[in-house]
Amino acid sequence: MRTLHGLLRDSARQFPDRIAVRDPERDVQISYQDLDALTDVLQNALEQAGVEEGGRVGICAAKSIGTVAALFGAMKAGGAYVPVDYSAPPTRNAFIFRNCAVKAIVIDRALLEELVNEFDEEAPETVELVALKPFGVDLLLLRGLNWLEDGDSGIVDSPVGLSYILYTSGSTGLPKGVMHNHRSALAFVDWCSTVFGPNVEDRFSSHAPFHFDLSILDLYVPIKHGSTLVLVGEEIGKQPLALAQLIADERISAWYSTPSILRLLIEYGKPELHDYSALRIVNFAGEVFPMKYLRATMAAWPHPRYFNLYGPTETNVCTYYEVPETIPADREEPLPIGVACSDDRCRVMNMDGTDVAVGESGELFVTGGSVMLGYWNSPERNADAFLVDEDGASWYKTGDVVQEDENGDFLFRGRRDRMVKRRGYRVELGEIEAALYRHEEIAEAAVIAISNDGDTHIKAFVAWAGEGRPSLIAMKRYCSLTLPIYMIPDSFVFEDALPKTSTDKVDYQHLMAQA
Amino acid sequence: MATAEEIKANVKQYILDKFLPGEDPALLENTTPLITGGVLDSISTVELISFLEEQYGIEFGAHEMSADYLDTLDQIAATVQSKSGS
Repeated sequence: MRTLHGLLRDSARQFPDRIAVRDPERDVQISYQDLDALTDVLQNALEQAGVEEGGRVGICAAKSIGTVAALFGAMKAGGAYVPVDYSAPPTRNAFIFRNCAVKAIVIDRALLEELVNEFDEEAPETVELVALKPFGVDLLLLRGLNWLEDGDSGIVDSPVGLSYILYTSGSTGLPKGVMHNHRSALAFVDWCSTVFGPNVEDRFSSHAPFHFDLSILDLYVPIKHGSTLVLVGEEIGKQPLALAQLIADERISAWYSTPSILRLLIEYGKPELHDYSALRIVNFAGEVFPMKYLRATMAAWPHPRYFNLYGPTETNVCTYYEVPETIPADREEPLPIGVACSDDRCRVMNMDGTDVAVGESGELFVTGGSVMLGYWNSPERNADAFLVDEDGASWYKTGDVVQEDENGDFLFRGRRDRMVKRRGYRVELGEIEAALYRHEEIAEAAVIAISNDGDTHIKAFVAWAGEGRPSLIAMKRYCSLTLPIYMIPDSFVFEDALPKTSTDKVDYQHLMAQA
Repeated sequence: MATAEEIKANVKQYILDKFLPGEDPALLENTTPLITGGVLDSISTVELISFLEEQYGIEFGAHEMSADYLDTLDQIAATVQSKSGS
């Protein structure tokens, strides 16, 4: 069976001395041969911690060569890695680790205390990962985690070949785990090989954090081809001036990020000061790129090829569109999301499950090699997520409304449900509502999203049961305790009660009209 | 050279207008956490820096775009003053 870590083994054999990963912030790098050996050390440590076939390994650390080694080590041990946003509230991360009953956690020492405070269980055993010290990182291995002895016996076995689980915002208020196996990830990586033609001279950016699905291209495409992966730390990744300089100094040849980051780079990063002649590919994904910012990006960096990659975490990238060199000056409508990738098939359906006529809009369904196995431990959710056709093919229901244009490209038209994109991140408005409902003084909560010039403004309507009215500052601070920062509402409206429909549900249309 | 009080008043008004519309000004205190308290996310922090650079003719280094330098009005005023050489 081909595996993601097999890509590293192969490249270590073919290109032992080439640089596999570089960390410009710490100014350290590692060759393919050494990375392969280092990941063997991690594999060993994880096996000693009891990780075996299908075992989940939590990853809670900023990006570093050590973190990359931990991902590969987990897979080499036969396990699957579960990366979390280390800057998210520890309550949320502890929920994720407990939800999939990780056997071990690789964690930055600085984050240990706040995470362990969230455990009801006995404090786990900690082991220093000394082999990672030369790379300037202080990672620990937590072992002896006994979630299952807590009476929570609802955990199932991992599906065969599970490689990683990425948790995304869930509409019921709790994050849900998207499972991919080696085969679905490789189907996507192999497609990248055919379209981007990577080579040993390439230098790929790793801008997205590892819990974000953009990281799959970042990590495994360069490793497969003996190229170099250049890590962009999470902090520098948000700082336009430093980022603009890093892309030039590191001679990045393939860049991948959300449109929000490209916009930030071009608007505030002073790209005119640098030389970007190495850049040959710019990929963007995760949200709609408003035309004026795409134009500004292409004006600042005129020579690379640009690709709009589309696909929810559940499918990897499933459609793509190469941006033409010149875009008609009067085009304001965002570019298409394009056509299906070679290993996937798409169809557009009505609410009643029939195919729409060409040119009409409907929900996009995807089947094929790159589609996920399902959600972790959620049989009901999985039954809802797929449609099985008469030939037995499982079609993932994206919830995205699309329309095919006259060239056969799909155009993104919006969502069927209450998920929105903010800064490229998926946000289920229901998850924000659930967080608000936990507040003692909040009797009712309804959250809507307003899109304006490429920005998503999140507005919360709250029926307040307490004395007086809380301040906006207090509400934001309350949200910051349980939600990642990109989910915190921009504004709050306080009412005695929320408007209702005739069936006594919150009247969202009324709220939208009010906003 | 602007005094710390002038800087705080100016920045406070900017933050109220731009990121906390409708908030009672008295609740935005000099010690209210902005980045760690969920008021400023990464993009609004960049916008704030761009405002400070323009208003005070200063420049920020990449490492200064963090809660260590900009989490409260007090810290923002101190950072601006240290850059203005006052």
